[in-house]
Amino acid sequence: MERRDFFKVLAAAGVAAWLPRSGWAATPAAYRNLLVLVELKGGNDGLNTAVPYADPEYYALRPRLGVQRETVLQLDSRTGLHPRLAPLLPLWRAGELAVVQGIGYPEPNLSHFRSIEIWDTASRSDQYLQQGWLARAFAAYPAPADFAADGVVVGSQELGPLTGSSGRTLALANTEQFLRNARLAAPAGNSRNPALRHILKVEADIAQAAAKLGASAQPLHTEFPKGEFGNAVRAACKVVAGSPGVAALRLTLNGFDTHQNQPGLHGNLLGQLAEGLAALKAALVELGRWDRSLILTYAEFGRRPRENQSNGTDHGAGSAHFALGGKVRGGLYGAPPMLRQLDGNGNLAFAVDFRSLYATVLERWWGIPAFNVLGGRYPILPILDG
Amino acid sequence: MLEASRLIAGLAVAAAGLLPASWAGAAAMGPKEAYHLLNRAGFGATPQEVAQYARLSRAQAVDKLFRESVAAATTPPPESALEYLPPGRLRGMSEEERKALFREQRETAIDLRGWWVREMLATPSPLSERMTLFWHNHFVSSLQKVKSAKLMYRQNELLRRHALGNFRTLLHAVAKDPAMLIYLDSATNRKEQPNENFAREVMELFTLGEGRYTERDIKEAARAFTGWSLDPRSGEFLWRMGIHDHGVKTVLGRTGDFDGDAVLDILLAQSHTAEFIVEKLWREFISPVPDPAEVRRVAWGFRNSGYEIKTALRELLLSWAFWAQENRGVLVKSPVDWVVGSLRQFGFQVADPLPFVFVLRQLGQDLFAPPNVKGWPGGEAWINSATLLARKQFAERLFRADASMTAGMPPAPGERSRTAGKSADAGRERLLRAVRELRFDSRLWLAETERAGLTPEAVMLATAPERESVPQAQGIQRIRLLALDPAYQVK
Repeated sequence: MERRDFFKVLAAAGVAAWLPRSGWAATPAAYRNLLVLVELKGGNDGLNTAVPYADPEYYALRPRLGVQRETVLQLDSRTGLHPRLAPLLPLWRAGELAVVQGIGYPEPNLSHFRSIEIWDTASRSDQYLQQGWLARAFAAYPAPADFAADGVVVGSQELGPLTGSSGRTLALANTEQFLRNARLAAPAGNSRNPALRHILKVEADIAQAAAKLGASAQPLHTEFPKGEFGNAVRAACKVVAGSPGVAALRLTLNGFDTHQNQPGLHGNLLGQLAEGLAALKAALVELGRWDRSLILTYAEFGRRPRENQSNGTDHGAGSAHFALGGKVRGGLYGAPPMLRQLDGNGNLAFAVDFRSLYATVLERWWGIPAFNVLGGRYPILPILDG
Repeated sequence: MLEASRLIAGLAVAAAGLLPASWAGAAAMGPKEAYHLLNRAGFGATPQEVAQYARLSRAQAVDKLFRESVAAATTPPPESALEYLPPGRLRGMSEEERKALFREQRETAIDLRGWWVREMLATPSPLSERMTLFWHNHFVSSLQKVKSAKLMYRQNELLRRHALGNFRTLLHAVAKDPAMLIYLDSATNRKEQPNENFAREVMELFTLGEGRYTERDIKEAARAFTGWSLDPRSGEFLWRMGIHDHGVKTVLGRTGDFDGDAVLDILLAQSHTAEFIVEKLWREFISPVPDPAEVRRVAWGFRNSGYEIKTALRELLLSWAFWAQENRGVLVKSPVDWVVGSLRQFGFQVADPLPFVFVLRQLGQDLFAPPNVKGWPGGEAWINSATLLARKQFAERLFRADASMTAGMPPAPGERSRTAGKSADAGRERLLRAVRELRFDSRLWLAETERAGLTPEAVMLATAPERESVPQAQGIQRIRLLALDPAYQVK
């Protein structure tokens, strides 16, 4: 409450613009560092992703759904990956994969829509913000003018963390189709009518991005997995290959709301995720961008530790997520799930506030003062080199 | 005509609040103004409709719209949406049976959406459908959570029945509507374990607006709503006295052993409620920036009428602001405006509405599934690079050539991956057939437009075209260029 009021006062006084932007140059070279967000839509089951296979309570809560100890890909003496995540093992061995356990926030909301809104806007549980956290970052610190866009949303109509952007945001499903259709947009025009002004700006963003994306396409030989997510990864890599720059990409893998028949569905989704991420790495290596790429997974929530009656899991709270990239310091972070200390709804307590991930991106990856974007201070996670 | 309308608008400004609304605009309004009214109050308008309304005064026209409003749909609902399937039926089913059931449910949900699109295209009262959609986006429920096409269909019937009726009646009915009971968790709100979801949203989103109540009001109101439940076997509202909290509650300064209806009446007694609804109607019909004095004036009449929706809407549609030149083209067309408006306006013959269900989803307005309890945010949020290009691509294909559109529509997004094997083939086949059967005769339309005393620009663009290439083009090419103009995205 106090913090919000303070933030409001600051904003009202126009102080945000006046605050010293520590270490921030006029052309932010740091946006050469690419952020790729991967949304695991529906709420990924963190416990069956990073499996606490040494904890008997895990198998007590999940007699049918627990990932069998023999099949777990062991990362250390108590945590292992779901077997379908095998394509991520080379990254783990190379020290380029961080697994952050127990990510969540206080007073968790279990509605898909509300909780993803909290994640996307980096708000508190009882706070409603209009703009996504990346939209706020780019509004205060725009990407360089020669970039194709600040951020590109691939394969989703929801702009998520780029919602309410005043900067240059693109949404596309497929680069070839985008470039083909971009001829329908013209780069000029302004209007006194705010609705038309917005439409003309979106047209101009399309036209300008298309000109940049079309001009400088590097060839790409990496093979991408088939399917919707593979296509999205391919489109994302085409954007990187074809553009002089883009600061952030957001991809979505749908279908994690596994209330029923979880084992097959979830295994399949994790397989798609791991193969997609492996291909993403291969392409970024091919493009010489791997050392300047940071990939983060996120979701509205995890699943409840105790399995339900339909061979599935219900909405939960804290969850595990991945960070990967050439500069990622591999390993386990956060805290293993405390399955004997569930809250009143039977959900996991969180160990790491999700805004710590964002603060780490802003401060350490882009060199932006996180406080100005997040309106609060959150501990930086030591997941990046240097 | 322009001069006359300015004069009338000026008079209306001077007379606002002094004269009965029917005095403003006693003269025939002419085709351009008629189009403005029909487009804002409905979805597009054919040249014949424009010609018919052009002869009327503004007040006569608004009265006609109200007189011709309907309280029930004219299109029969899909059979499958009439069947209620109780929860828990999954137990004891094999994997195959479940898959078949899920597939059936997905198809039912698509048919339900198709039914509404068809009704919006066929209705004799576009205003009734616009208001039904308005309430759908106000009293939000979503198939994604409710998971029953039958309950969503019944809610839609309810919204249409009261769409232009009485807001008090509508609010009380919606609060006990089975889909709403599920969507906002009233069904699990019990004395020992109150669930505040409905109590919060009814204040924040349905009546008062944010900041006009305290957290304590929510907690107390939630207690009053306990006992409003659902019979899972029939899907009907069920009063369960045993889980109702009979204690004394204090809500917005009033104290008593309230039940849910009593709390709703307390909310309706607040002047904020009428203002909140009128503001929202203003943003739907007039402009994104409500005029506070006008809102207060209209809200006063709305409340005094006992919450007759037509009373508020009549004042708004006859207000100076509705007709003001500076408010033309300031509203971004929603996907429904765009799709249904285009199809109606150009007289497309639509044998099967299925493709448009997917087009609407692609454009960001998946009917029966608003993104969250706040509804579609609307306005500028409708337009991003993906949705704008999709609109333009759709326009290009609709107006490609007179005869054939087989090369046609965007594919149904997600359709291929959502349905497997045979049913996907059948779905695609149906989609292609539906697109093949679309018909539009541009020569006839252009002739009728001219006969109605209109130009294509006048009925397609609310403001001047942004692109210079338009005036030179002729025939369907001109229609296509106008539909591709940025100004075609606003109304």
